[in-house]
Amino acid sequence: MDKYKIDYKDKGKIKRKNKVREDLEKVIDELEIKDSMTISFHHHFRNGDLVGDMVMKILENKGIKNLTIFPSSLTSAHDHFGQYIKSGLIGRICTSGLRGKLGKDISSGILEEPVIIRSHGGRARAIISGDEKIDVAFIAAPHCDVQGNANGFQGKSPCGSLGYAQVDAKYADKAVILTDDLTEEVALPYSIPSYDIDYVVEIENVGIKEKIMSGATRSVTNPKELLIAKKTAQIIEALDIVKNNFSFQTGSGGSSLAVTKYLKESMIKKNVVADFALGGITGHIVKLHEEGFIKKLMDVQSFDLSAVSSLKENKNHFEIDASYYADYSNTGNSVNRLDVVILSALEIDTKFNVNVITGSDGVFRGASGGHSDTAAGSEVCIVVAPLVRGRIATVKEKVLNIITPGSTIDVLVTDHGVAVNPNRIDIIDKLKESKVKIMDINELKDMAEKITGKPEKVEYTDKVVGLIEYRDGTIIDKVYQVKQ
Amino acid sequence: MSKLRRTMLYVPGSKPSMIKDIYIYKPDSIMFDLEDSVSLKEKDSARFLVSEALQNVDYRGIETVVRINGLDTEFGQEDLKMMVKAQPNVIRLPKTETAEDVEEVERIIVELEEEYGIEKGKTKMMAAIESATGVMNAMSIAKSSNRLIGIAIGAEDYVTNIKTKRTPEGTELLFARCQLLNAARSAGIAALDTVYSDVENMEGFRKEVEHIKSLGFDGKSIINPRQIEIVHEVFTPTVEEYEDALQVLDAIKRAEESGSGVISLNGKMIDKPIVERARRVIELSKIN
Repeated sequence: MDKYKIDYKDKGKIKRKNKVREDLEKVIDELEIKDSMTISFHHHFRNGDLVGDMVMKILENKGIKNLTIFPSSLTSAHDHFGQYIKSGLIGRICTSGLRGKLGKDISSGILEEPVIIRSHGGRARAIISGDEKIDVAFIAAPHCDVQGNANGFQGKSPCGSLGYAQVDAKYADKAVILTDDLTEEVALPYSIPSYDIDYVVEIENVGIKEKIMSGATRSVTNPKELLIAKKTAQIIEALDIVKNNFSFQTGSGGSSLAVTKYLKESMIKKNVVADFALGGITGHIVKLHEEGFIKKLMDVQSFDLSAVSSLKENKNHFEIDASYYADYSNTGNSVNRLDVVILSALEIDTKFNVNVITGSDGVFRGASGGHSDTAAGSEVCIVVAPLVRGRIATVKEKVLNIITPGSTIDVLVTDHGVAVNPNRIDIIDKLKESKVKIMDINELKDMAEKITGKPEKVEYTDKVVGLIEYRDGTIIDKVYQVKQ
Repeated sequence: MSKLRRTMLYVPGSKPSMIKDIYIYKPDSIMFDLEDSVSLKEKDSARFLVSEALQNVDYRGIETVVRINGLDTEFGQEDLKMMVKAQPNVIRLPKTETAEDVEEVERIIVELEEEYGIEKGKTKMMAAIESATGVMNAMSIAKSSNRLIGIAIGAEDYVTNIKTKRTPEGTELLFARCQLLNAARSAGIAALDTVYSDVENMEGFRKEVEHIKSLGFDGKSIINPRQIEIVHEVFTPTVEEYEDALQVLDAIKRAEESGSGVISLNGKMIDKPIVERARRVIELSKIN
């Protein structure tokens, strides 16, 4: 028998599949979304997200129940989502962040199932590993062609990087693009390729671009934030991190932003440039890039409109997806090559554990974000925070909830002093040779307590309202319902 | 070395969030204000707040100053009563016009010290001069009390009083500044310059600090912690100044060892004022 079988039947021109649908409702009908399915959306528009609610409204009208919603994060744009929980539409939530009214609602126990809090890297890991299966991803895209090639930096409502949505598009069973800039022309360069997309729908507004700003473009004038930033820069200098081709990540908090300014001075002094800056990219970072101080930008999330236009204009400003950014199971991820990351904290305890998800009242008011990912991957992780916020101590004996284990935090910089994790003898030794004075973290805790007094303990019930999943998929903490 | 007063940082007495840990910025002096930065409605609460803070917060050895309301207001007496009890290092009088203004406050302080069992003379004073009359009387004000540690110029009221406004060059203030400075030096007390209110204009601020330093002032009242760094920088001797000063002191040492009467360095004669300046430079360098 000839092992090469000839089959000449049924060859012909491909019948083109039209992915474009005239409205979202039609798509949802075709998708046959059923009770208990998992749907996702992204938070690249942050407070300006319109798509999440648009989808929920239609699904609610169709009488769907018990959905798992799997956004990359939830913002104030989703404040009213409690109503979808009460109506039975939402039965489970997985997210990075939870705040505002929805945060309060969840903390008060309106959702039966605990919310799963994941880091950005942890979310990508959960999707790729199959721990979580997305049935339908609804992706807001500022620019898209009829085939589904899409990007976030063109169109009338650009949001910049689509780094979180890239993973959803690739791994969801079905992926739908919603765009307000649909084009016949092929949309190149694409962030999301057409082969990951099943449907395209044109809508009036995909998101409010002005609201992507998380205050990250402001120039820092708060003297406390500047004081902390300056100390942080001194430490970075003392640790000899600022060398040619070093890498760093800063957050969008005031102190973190201001560190960028001092890093520049340090780079000038030492006559070196950085290889890359990672993570959420701000206008401050873009400016350093354009001035030649940072060779490359690796952008999973654009924090402001200057970052958005830089992504479009600057050829060394690269968009990266959440797995490439911070996924624990991705051996080539970017956090693992970070020299230094500057992070913030709502609370930090004497074991250096950090809480960025619940406030001092135990209520959800933050986000896991890339906190634990970058802390674990970076060579040096510095947490910056005021010792006291208002009347609330930041440094405590024990944090209410752990997002990032203290074993991955190296240095704490407050406005009242600096503490180093006792595990990092190398850092302690280097700082001892510098002008930076090191304190015991317990001393800082005592100082904070002296200012604020000992707060009353938060009272909880036995009901678990949230589970904090570490980036490797293990549960590291439970969030309990706060007693009313 | 006399107490450094390069920076006297204003804190409104009505702002607990600032009062509680203002020491973190490490100014040379902290000045709690009960006067112009506190609204009429908050005068009482500010007084209590500052009093509690002075008695309970550890200001890490930084000099504490309280600017009280004038005795010609309904708040002045009460301010003085509570503040002498709370014992900041210094009580600052606003709008001082004559030596009698200082003497009047001192009389009350003496009584209060006695009443509270505080060591006599412990409560120091400083006077702010903010009018043409005050400037003309600067000398007698400066010498009016042993408790006075310094005099300061308050420019905003002063320029209004002399019918002009402040300019970046500060020509309008030159006379008052020089008058005040000479009065202070003659009395052997500190001379402090006025605030620079545009906190966003760091360049203009630096120029003004350089200017008042060259006039001879000890330092400046400041309204934002962000201004501290610049003042301290300007008042810190440069490496060259430091090295020159070291050479001067070294030359004296050598001359003393060899019993030589005339001291010269690189062909220039070194006399007493040069040595004094060199010592001051070394001391300032050590602090920084």
